[in-house]
Amino acid sequence: MTESRDICFRTRDLTKVYQTGETEVFALRGVSIDIYDQEMMVLLGPSGSGKSTLLNILGGLDHASSGEVWFHGDVLTASDDTTLTQFRRDHVGFIFQFYNLIPSLTARENVALVTEIARDPMSAEEALALVGLEDRMDHFPSQLSGGQQQRVAVARAVAKRPGVLLCDEPTGALDSSTGVQVLEALEQVNKELGTTTIVITHNAGISDMSDRVVYLADGQVSHIEEHATRKPAKELSW
Amino acid sequence: MAILDRKLRRDLWRIKGQVLAIGFVIAAGIAILIVMQGSLTSLQETRNAYYDRYRFADVFASARRAPESLAARVAAIPGVSRVDTRIAQDVILDMPSMIEPARGRILSLPEGREPNLNWISRRLNRDFEFGRPDEVIVNETFANAHELFPGDQIVANINGRRRTLTIIDVAMSPEFIYAISPGELVPDKRRFGILWMGRQSLEAVFGLDGAFNQISMSLTRDANEQFVIDQTDALLAPYGGIGAYGRSDHQSDAFLESEFMQLQTMSQILPPIFILVAAFLLNIVINRLIDTEREQIGLMKAFGYHDYSVGWHYMKFVLAIAGIGVVLGWALGYLLGGMMTDLYGTFFKFPFLLYQPNPATFVVSGALSLGVAAGAAWFAVRRAVRLDPAVAMTPPSPPVYRRSIAERFGFAKHLGAPSRMIMRNLSRWPIRAGLTSLGVSFSVGMLIMSLFMVDSIDEMLDTFFFNTQRQDVTLTFTNPTHDISREDVQNIPGVLRAEMFRAVPVRLRNGVNSERVGIIGVDDGADLTRLLDVNNREVTLPLDGLMLTDQLAAQLSVQVGDVIDVEIMEGRRPHLRIPVNGISQEYVGLSAYMNREALARVMEEAPSASGAYVRVDANSMAQFFQEVKKTPALQGVTLRSAALEEFRRIMDETMISAISFYIFFASLIAVGVIYNSARISLSERARELASMRVLGFTKSEVAGVLLGELAVITLVSLPIGCLLGYGMAASIVDQFGTELFRLPFVIQPSTFGWAVLIIITASVATGAIVARRVNNLDLVAVLKTRE
Repeated sequence: MTESRDICFRTRDLTKVYQTGETEVFALRGVSIDIYDQEMMVLLGPSGSGKSTLLNILGGLDHASSGEVWFHGDVLTASDDTTLTQFRRDHVGFIFQFYNLIPSLTARENVALVTEIARDPMSAEEALALVGLEDRMDHFPSQLSGGQQQRVAVARAVAKRPGVLLCDEPTGALDSSTGVQVLEALEQVNKELGTTTIVITHNAGISDMSDRVVYLADGQVSHIEEHATRKPAKELSW
Repeated sequence: MAILDRKLRRDLWRIKGQVLAIGFVIAAGIAILIVMQGSLTSLQETRNAYYDRYRFADVFASARRAPESLAARVAAIPGVSRVDTRIAQDVILDMPSMIEPARGRILSLPEGREPNLNWISRRLNRDFEFGRPDEVIVNETFANAHELFPGDQIVANINGRRRTLTIIDVAMSPEFIYAISPGELVPDKRRFGILWMGRQSLEAVFGLDGAFNQISMSLTRDANEQFVIDQTDALLAPYGGIGAYGRSDHQSDAFLESEFMQLQTMSQILPPIFILVAAFLLNIVINRLIDTEREQIGLMKAFGYHDYSVGWHYMKFVLAIAGIGVVLGWALGYLLGGMMTDLYGTFFKFPFLLYQPNPATFVVSGALSLGVAAGAAWFAVRRAVRLDPAVAMTPPSPPVYRRSIAERFGFAKHLGAPSRMIMRNLSRWPIRAGLTSLGVSFSVGMLIMSLFMVDSIDEMLDTFFFNTQRQDVTLTFTNPTHDISREDVQNIPGVLRAEMFRAVPVRLRNGVNSERVGIIGVDDGADLTRLLDVNNREVTLPLDGLMLTDQLAAQLSVQVGDVIDVEIMEGRRPHLRIPVNGISQEYVGLSAYMNREALARVMEEAPSASGAYVRVDANSMAQFFQEVKKTPALQGVTLRSAALEEFRRIMDETMISAISFYIFFASLIAVGVIYNSARISLSERARELASMRVLGFTKSEVAGVLLGELAVITLVSLPIGCLLGYGMAASIVDQFGTELFRLPFVIQPSTFGWAVLIIITASVATGAIVARRVNNLDLVAVLKTRE
């Protein structure tokens, strides 16, 4: 099923070396992978396998040491900071393990933070309704539970109708049932908006909801697993 | 080194920018205290030693002509320990390098011995004695200004005769540490010289054989100065005594005292501001450190560190920062103190200068700073001490935000999210935001307080030189005379207008208050000297009664309509009761004015003149002075333009360094406060700002959120600072007022403008430094970690 789609991200020989003192640490050792439009992909692997590094480079948060990344035909690896900022602003939604909401802004305002600078956003209310928080819109982060905070983060990420949604351990700080609520929100966004979604996890149970699972080990793609059918998020548990 | 100390050292290094910023604020406070106190004690010690070694008298008196035998009767006054008599006369000097005449004050010295009092410090030719009648010793500043050396000659107009005097030495005197010519505001080293001559030659010149016209006394330790003054006045009255006075009314000493008072005032106002600002900064920094190290504190305690060792660890952190500031301040204070004292030494003339920084100031300033720092950290450290290890290792609950007041009242509907973040952050920590603003306000205030002096002095000069004293030249006659008429003066080449005046020494009394001043008699319709009321409007001198300057009226507690006692100390010396019919405003000196004819009437004499105010055609100045230098009856010529120029020169020299000093230290506060506040904000909100960057906000948009907060704080501080500055300037005006001069309370709008501009510049520069850090935020690292 994936072959028929356009390629969203293409990486070739992507390498990332961190210089720590006198030793070089290879976070990525030549990753070449194609990620398709509208697919839901899970990056699975142990700590230090290079998942986050790959995600950060795809999202324009980090620079590769060598190799190339294309986004719909544009070479990201050749872009400067300003271009990458614009790329994030226009195309990428991020979700992190620790939510990273702005504590001084309400749920609605946290979403509005993004919609104010986006080209064709949905309204903040619409985005929050999408994650089932329409009745919590005027609460500050300190007044929300962890799962609610993460759903606000999802709403904030999708409100600008991004082409890609990058999620780094989105359920890592949540218990199983709350985590499922967040995954349902991701699933819905992927289905309804057709947003290419990449989810990092080291929780193998989550991978069943994806089209493909990419296993990373030691900075390299060890193998890729394709799912003919995706398991609905609400049936997941861990 | 213990592990905790190693941690301490690294923590300090990590926030070295803040450590230095706070350290400099403390250092500034300490340095100012040491510099000012050090200069003050050094100058006082120097003065005291100088007075002591050179036998500076305690009481001074002048008369027209008193027999030498009177000295013994003065010496017999209880409390008098030593008496010295001499001859003093002001003369006109014709200096080759000046078209206008200079004023010289000739003082007699006994031949072949030291005087009993008021020794001089001979500088070059110590052993050379007066031999021939026309030999003089010249004061060093005048000699330097004219490049005069022993052997050189100067021409003086003494008692109507031009005489060529030969210089045998230069000298300094405790009487002329601050040498001002009568009627001037500041010392003029070119136009006012002191000449010491042998007593016998002077007696012959002035016809004062066996007589003196000045007497001075030193007092015993238990003497009653006022008693001695009264007794001396009584003894000298028959001989034309014009009132004895103590050291505090001695011009040079009074100027020194007023300078000391200014130093004292500043050293009490400024250092506490710096130390309090530093305390506030330390408080924020230590609170933030303890917040971020919550888990570490839990960990240390879980490992078995005692509560008090944890507390002491953080206390040491604060004390280390304060300690750095103290040491820097000591060093800076020591260096600048010597420089400052030297600077004073060039202004005041001492033959030696004892710079002795007071060790007590060092100890006290250091102890106080450390104490205040410890106090500032007390509650934060106590929080660390009391933190339960189990609680400490769980993350703190997220800060609770509310809508800001403006939003609750619906004022902020159209604000974007970044603006809301700014407003809510400010209202989340209102005390901190308020104190930060207040800190910046103090630097604005301090700038206004120092810059306004220029406005004030300009106003004083304007009033003195352009509104009240409008003559180009003041001629002072050797004696009050009827012989010189207005027409005579009018006929001097170049004179456009001449107005005669009479100056009479008097003692004014109102109940217990008394002042020794001069009544200046001016003609009705006089235009060259004008009197102004408190609103700077011209007032006409009443035809009868006195008009007092406001400062004099205040010192005598006199109001318009009161009748006061007037003891005239000239001529028939009548004791009179004269009504005060007006009060005028003057910033310089104490004066009383009266219609010249009315003055003559009450003195029961024909109208006479002590001198003339003259307006001179600018093109005929040279001719005018040529003539004046030949006029025998003159003892002084005061040139307005020269006085003004000299005043401006001295102000430029002293004010520029003083003002740069204040701008530097005030900016230091602003930079310290803003930098710290920005760094703390950055550290608290790195995560938030990084999130915004990830969401696609540009670097400048993100920096804008942080800098916007600083901008609000700075903007709020500006009007508060202006008010503070207004108040500080008012208190300075209040405290600096002396009999010699007062500062008018005038602050030009441009002064507020400059202060605001300097602080905005300092804020922007600081903001730029912090913005660089925002730009370099490590997005990935910040987001991966738990707060």
